[in-house]
Amino acid sequence: MKRIVITGQGTINALGRNVPETLEAMREGRCGISNLEFQDVERLSIRIGAQVKGYEPEETFNRQQIALYDRFTQFTLIAAREAIGQSGLTFSGELAARSGVVLGTSGGGMNTLDENYRSVYEDGKNRVHPFVVPKLMNNAAASHVSMEWNLKGPSFTVATACASSNHAMGQAMQMIRTGMADVMITGGSEAMLCFGGIKAWEGLRVMSKDACRPFSANRNGMVQGEGSAVFVFEEYEHAKARGAEILAEVVGFAMTSDAADIVMPSKQGASRAIAGAMQDARLNPEDVCYINAHGTGTAANDKTECAAVADAFGHHADELMISSTKSMHGHLIGGTGAVELLACIMALRDGVIAPTIGYEEPDPECALDVVPNVARDVKVGAVLSNAFAFGGLNAVLALRAH
Amino acid sequence: MSETIQDRVIAIIAEQAVLEPGDVSLDQTLEDLGIDSLGLVESIFAIEEAFDISVPFNANDPTESDFDISSVAAIIRAVEGLVADQAA
Repeated sequence: MKRIVITGQGTINALGRNVPETLEAMREGRCGISNLEFQDVERLSIRIGAQVKGYEPEETFNRQQIALYDRFTQFTLIAAREAIGQSGLTFSGELAARSGVVLGTSGGGMNTLDENYRSVYEDGKNRVHPFVVPKLMNNAAASHVSMEWNLKGPSFTVATACASSNHAMGQAMQMIRTGMADVMITGGSEAMLCFGGIKAWEGLRVMSKDACRPFSANRNGMVQGEGSAVFVFEEYEHAKARGAEILAEVVGFAMTSDAADIVMPSKQGASRAIAGAMQDARLNPEDVCYINAHGTGTAANDKTECAAVADAFGHHADELMISSTKSMHGHLIGGTGAVELLACIMALRDGVIAPTIGYEEPDPECALDVVPNVARDVKVGAVLSNAFAFGGLNAVLALRAH
Repeated sequence: MSETIQDRVIAIIAEQAVLEPGDVSLDQTLEDLGIDSLGLVESIFAIEEAFDISVPFNANDPTESDFDISSVAAIIRAVEGLVADQAA
């Protein structure tokens, strides 16, 4: 089986317009959550989110591109440009044929849907722009990445709600591992911060009106974010032969299904995914120093996740660090695992553990080292990244320092 | 209305082709102007919006449609016809 390394990373999210800005914000424990700004926000009861503020598509894309790219596609292309640029790869001939793109998103072109539903239902218009379908489809971002960089191998989009990015990156890894591809562009994107996007989530009554405080006893719900992160996964010998800078190695992946409830998480399902990722990576529990938690800040997720970690790690659960960076960049739904992988790579490369900010009161049901409020300098060798989706679909990645 | 239908249709086509209206001539085809199939449906959308008309065009078989797109002049004639029908 082939080994997989990461040779490029890129992002845009509420914490920064690129990777260095985002990592600096994570090191400083900065919060990207603020008052939402979009049409009809005054009709919402939830008015906060980790929005990419001051973003002007015209600074990056021309008129024709903007007509064709939903916000989630724009975010993806910006992140992909940074990641592929860092990798130094150009795709032609055989390499192009053996390189693909697998991305995660949950909502796809939600802003496009929202704007056009408003136009036909509220404004009573009977005609919509011809690009509505190619703009809103969930695979639009993956397809535009394939076109812009000439990626002609396996390419598709994965939609498993909050685990979409982790499932996508797991697929990308498996493709390189089994020899189906040499390079995979992977990660995810979400741009759900619009009236319809938030209104739908309000209905579930799991959203906080004031802050995201994962693992804190006084937590009162999740806060949505938006943005994208994209990575270049490359077969190890291929990367080594061209002298590429290796950011980290992807060593394990596991996915499980709770087969139980459409919204409530399950300790067993999560625990099996965590144990499965360690087994796939040939890591012993004591090798894992840090977990980037799913840590949504809801009552149900955080206590179930801590119980699952305790179950999978036994005594070592008290030794490891587990933080939720959603407290800073919000919950990017289908893009969240990708942005969170940046924190995992920072832990491995820079020895900086991103904190769980907004932590105010210990919760006996979340009695792990959640790296409260302040980043920590610790050299770590192996990390996990958890994602547990509505619908009971769990996906955990394991990374090692290289 | 001081601006003619011809001027307005040419302005729409020119914008799609990223040209100045003065660089679009009546005998040119959309292919000459570098307008592809997506550019064509976007132009038709813009024409429908500008004149508040419904253009009978099916992208599955453009030649079978009643709307003649064989040249800039043909498109202008077709739009003039639709606008006249609507007024009648």
